[in-house]
Parts: sequence; structure tokens; C-alpha cells
Amino acid sequence: MSILVYIEQFNGQASPVSWEVLGKAKSLAGQMGGKLAAVVIGNGVEAVANEALTYGADVVHLVEDASLAAFRIEPYAAVVEDLVKAHSPKAVLFPATTRGRDLSAVVACDLGAGLAADCSDLAVDGGELTAVRPVFSGNMLTTVRFVGPLAVASIRPRSFPTPEADGAAGEIVRSGAVMAAGDIREQIDSFEATAGGEVSLTDAKIIVSGGRGVAKDPELGFKLVKDLADSLGGAMGASRAAVDAGYIPYKHQVGQTGKTVRPDLYIACGISGAIQHLAGMGNSKIIVAINKDPEAPIFQVANYGVVGDLFEVVPALTAEFKKRL
Amino acid sequence: MNIVVCVKQTPDTAELPKISVAEVTSGDIKTTLVLNPWDEFAVEEGLQLQDRFGGDVTVVTVGEEKATEALKDAIARGVQSAVLLSDPAFAGSDAWGTATILAAAIKKNGPVDVVLAGKQSVDGNSGLVAPGLARKLGATLLTNVTKIVDVAGGKITVERQLEEGRETLTASLPAVVSVSKEINDPRYPTFMGIRKASKAQIPVWSLADLDVSAGSVGQTAALAQWTDLRKPAARSSQVVLVKEATVEATAAKLADLLMAEKVI
Ligand SMILES: Cc1cc2nc3c(=O)[nH]c(=O)nc-3n(C[C@H](O)[C@H](O)[C@H](O)COP(=O)(O)OP(=O)(O)OC[C@H]3O[C@@H](n4cnc5c(N)ncnc54)[C@H](O)[C@@H]3O)c2cc1C
Ligand SMILES: Nc1ncnc2c1ncn2[C@@H]1O[C@H](COP(=O)(O)O)[C@@H](O)[C@H]1O
Repeated sequence: MSILVYIEQFNGQASPVSWEVLGKAKSLAGQMGGKLAAVVIGNGVEAVANEALTYGADVVHLVEDASLAAFRIEPYAAVVEDLVKAHSPKAVLFPATTRGRDLSAVVACDLGAGLAADCSDLAVDGGELTAVRPVFSGNMLTTVRFVGPLAVASIRPRSFPTPEADGAAGEIVRSGAVMAAGDIREQIDSFEATAGGEVSLTDAKIIVSGGRGVAKDPELGFKLVKDLADSLGGAMGASRAAVDAGYIPYKHQVGQTGKTVRPDLYIACGISGAIQHLAGMGNSKIIVAINKDPEAPIFQVANYGVVGDLFEVVPALTAEFKKRL
Repeated sequence: MNIVVCVKQTPDTAELPKISVAEVTSGDIKTTLVLNPWDEFAVEEGLQLQDRFGGDVTVVTVGEEKATEALKDAIARGVQSAVLLSDPAFAGSDAWGTATILAAAIKKNGPVDVVLAGKQSVDGNSGLVAPGLARKLGATLLTNVTKIVDVAGGKITVERQLEEGRETLTASLPAVVSVSKEINDPRYPTFMGIRKASKAQIPVWSLADLDVSAGSVGQTAALAQWTDLRKPAARSSQVVLVKEATVEATAAKLADLLMAEKVI
């Protein structure tokens, strides 16, 4: 085994970034001269393991137990560490979701391995894994080189394309929990799911965000932003100024102290383009700015811009896309 | 209850774009240095836990002498005690090295119930120190915490924000908790606090004061090494301003352009 990829699932649904990582790992595993393995942990998650086979894993370790039904850090880490000890991969890759990042950290720390967190690219150089990651909040990039026999990395959503699902030539190897249920030191009391149908910001291909520019009627302003996002099947984002003013909850915040996103299309409505906002969305493929101030810094990073009142431009755009899509 | 807050001194976020590769490589960053913005929430939560449950709050940092300023910022906000962990041997530590130093200092400081940390640092952006610290201390790990519901009977109950929703979790103490921005509204340093901070004598613990072997920290122990530090390629886009006779025509033109880009 050259690479082991952790496939994150929640309620039997794999996170899209898991497949992005697995797809990339497929080409890297070849260069590192070994098989590609995936690990799926949970209870009643065989469908996810089958899916991992279709995305190219040679072996899928399906680890199921009642104690693993919901993600808890210690029993999950014990499973991954056990597999690493048994199969000595050269690299273990994780999706850089909240849980994926925690798990990668615990596994790497326990195994005494170097870890590159929240990477945007991976490569193989001289048979060894290297990882590119943004540092200084996206103002610099570094290529991480690993010391020692094991490299661990977590990878940002949308860093790689979703692979094509073809064949399912690999095999599924089943096992059970490693940690005794009684030794687990944490217990989930309750879970309140986010309202259904919402597109996750970090996985979104299209994001429409609103800023303080909605101030004259924040409720209407964010309704217009949401309508545009919905008409494009995208997610809704916001600047910190809009969040701090209480126009919209924090979970929508994009930027330095919010989420880092990388959509194909980012439409900033009434957002000035402060450096801390750019830190979160500057890697979007196409940026559109709608702002009434032609001098707003957002126009320096935008590909397309409309100088105008978002309360007029945004609904006109929504109407236009509704006609076409 | 014994509370320790881990803080880092980081560049002012507004000045991050100005930092050169040479400054980072030499370790001599010339921008204004501040308390890592995420750590303001950790400091505030430490003070709130103290208000709710009593006990002591100690703030610690691994850094050079100038990092004392970050500790003083926390004192100015109301924290009573601080320790600077500083030694040339610590320079260049990766997250595991930093966690090793912090864990040794926390053990030396005495029994601990809750260790607080920020979600991530604005320079390293890794969010690894809290998990590393939990493992080195043998403590439970709770990240992205949006609310500390209760600390009682050797357990802590928190709410955390995850991609799919909000989870309520109970874990045994001691616990390492990394906090999200939603957890509180940090108080500002007060005038009295700033005066107190300016007079504070902050102890410095070096390698010799801690149960840490030299080989486990510093540059030579780092397992993930930053190479080829560089500025990302600037966005080469020259903005195309769309302006037609009416707002409807402008919207139609923009829609054409975006469809031609194949992003819709
Ligand atoms: C430590 C730190 C962390 C931070 N983290 C973040 C972060 O994560 N995310 C973030 O976004 N910010 C962050 N900030 C804040 C950042 O510095 C800016 O204050 C913030 O991004 C500004 O938000 P804004 O663009 O919505 O508001 P403003 O800067 O006030 O801009 C509003 C814009 O709307 C335009 N406008 C007004 N009315 C209209 C209208 N009717 N139609 C069209 N345009 C209109 C104006 O011309 C202006 O350009 C952080 C700051 C600090 C110090
Ligand atoms: N040198 C340090 N000294 C003390 N605490 C630190 C240090 N570096 C990081 N931390 C803590 O760990 C958190 C996450 O930092 P990082 O893992 O570097 O992203 C920070 O918000 C701090 O609370």
C-alpha cells in the first residue's frame, strides 16, 4: 500500500472532497509505486465503501461497529492508526473538513508523522509525497516536504476535480472497532442538523455573497442575494461586516476568520474587498463584483464588474438567469 | 478550576500581504505583531469560565521575548498570570514541537481542567497545536467549540459547529478546547488592565525549566518542513466592467459573459 485515503461520511453520505482526494491519490499512488487504499468508518456504510471502489481504490477497508456509528475522534483515530501500523503506507490523506482535519492531526501526532494541513495541491517528487499549502492566510504558498517514513496531509475541498466513477475492480476488506466502547471518553448528546437543502459553502461551485452594501435594507438585500444564489444552484456567503451587523449568521462568513472557498464563480454584492475577505475567496476561478463605488478594491481582483446599486443589479441578474437556466 | 489559555503572537492581518519571503525565512517579520485574532476568543472564554466556575487562568505562549506583548494583551483584558516559554532551542518547532513545549509547561504549572486555544493561527493556518496538545497531555480534544455548556463532575459539555450541523458533546476532563469565533464577544483591554500589564513581571521558562528533551523540539525535530516559500501568482485579471443602457441589458450582457466562461 502506498497511499491510504480516509473517506469521510456522515449518515452514509460521503463528503464530495473525499472523492476529489481519492481521485488525485489514484494518480499519485502509481508514481509512488504501490496500491491505493481507502478507509470507510461507520456503521451500515457498505454503500460508501462500494462507491470508493468505483472511484478507483484498489482496497477499501470497511470498518463497522455500533460504537463507530457517529464520528468520535478517539475511536476513529484508533482505527486509522491500526491500519497504518498493519500496512505501512507512505502517505495518509484526509479531506480538510472539520472532522477530517482533527482526525489527521491526532493520527499524525500519535504516529510521530509530519502533517501538512489544509493543502491545495499534492505531488510526488523522487518517490516522496510533497504538499502545497497556503500560509499567512493565503498570502504565501509553501511546498511541504516530510521527514520520516510517513507523510500525512489534509486537502481543501475543490482542490481537485471529482474523478469519473468507472470500474470497481478492487476488494473490500472488513473489520471492526479497535477501541473498546467503554474506553471512549466522549459522548454525543444531541445533533441539530443544518436546515436541509442548503449547499455547503466549501463545496459550492457557485457562491453569491452579500456585504455591508445591503445596509439600507439588510433583510431585502440578503433575500436578493439568496434568490440569485438559488437561481444558480449556489450557496450564500457574506462578509464579516454583514455578519457582525447581525444581517446573517456567522456560518456564512467568507474570509480570514470565516470560511475559505474556491468556487468556479464568486459574485460579491456590496462587498468592498478588504484583504481579510480576499483571504477567503481570492482563489475563486471567476470573480464578479457588484458595487456602487468604482474605486472599491474588489474591482482589482474581479474578472467582471458592474458599478451600480445591488438592489437593482442583483434582481435583474436573477431574472436573467431564471429565463435561461 | 484550573484554566490555561494558549496564545500566539502573529502579524496584524491587515499587513499580511506586505510580508516578504525573506522575512519569513529569516524569522524576522517586521510588521506589527498582535495577539492572534482567534486567540482573543480563547482568552475571553478563559475569563468567562473563571467568572462562571471560579479558579485560575494562566496564559502561555511559545515565542521570542517580543511575544511577551501578546501575554500582556491578555493580562490587559483581565488574565492574572502568564508564562513565556522561550529558548533558542524552541526556534523553528513545528506544531508537534510547540505542543510538546506547551504540554510540559502546562504540567509544570499544576493540574489543569481546561486548556483553551484559538481555532488556528493567521500565519501558520494549521490548527494543529490544539490536537497535538491534547495528545501530549492525554486530554480529550474538542475543536470548533461554539459554546461551553457546563463543566461539572469531571466532565465538560460543549456545542460544536460541524459542516452538517451543531453537535452537543460531553467529554471527560482535562480537555483541550479550540474555540470558534461564535463563542463570545471578546472584551477589550481596559485602561487599568493596560497599566497592570505594563508593570507585570512575566516569568520565562526555558528548555532547562521543562521536562522536554532538546531533540524533540526546534527546527531539527520538525517533521513537516516548509520549502520553496513563495508569493502566489497575482490574479492576472483586468476587470471587465459591464455597462449597458439599462440594468436589464447589463444583467443580460453579464449573463452572456459568465455562460461563455462556462462557470454556470
Ligand atoms: C482580524 C480580522 C479578521 C477579519 N476577518 C474577516 C473575514 O473573515 N471576512 C470578511 O469579510 N472580513 C473580515 N474582516 C473585516 C474586513 O477588514 C472588512 O471590514 C470587511 O470585510 C468589510 O465588509 P464589507 O465589504 O461588507 O463592508 P464595507 O467595507 O463597508 O464595504 C461595503 C461596500 O458596499 C458598497 N455598497 C454600499 N451600498 C451599496 C449598494 N446599494 N449597492 C452596491 N454596493 C454598495 C460600498 O461601496 C462598499 O464598497 C476582518 C478584519 C480583521 C481585523
Ligand atoms: N507558539 C504558540 N504558543 C502558544 N500557543 C500557540 C502557539 N502556536 C499556536 N498556538 C495555539 O494553537 C492555536 C492554533 O494554532 P495553529 O495550530 O498554529 O494554527 C492558536 O490559536 C493558539 O491558541
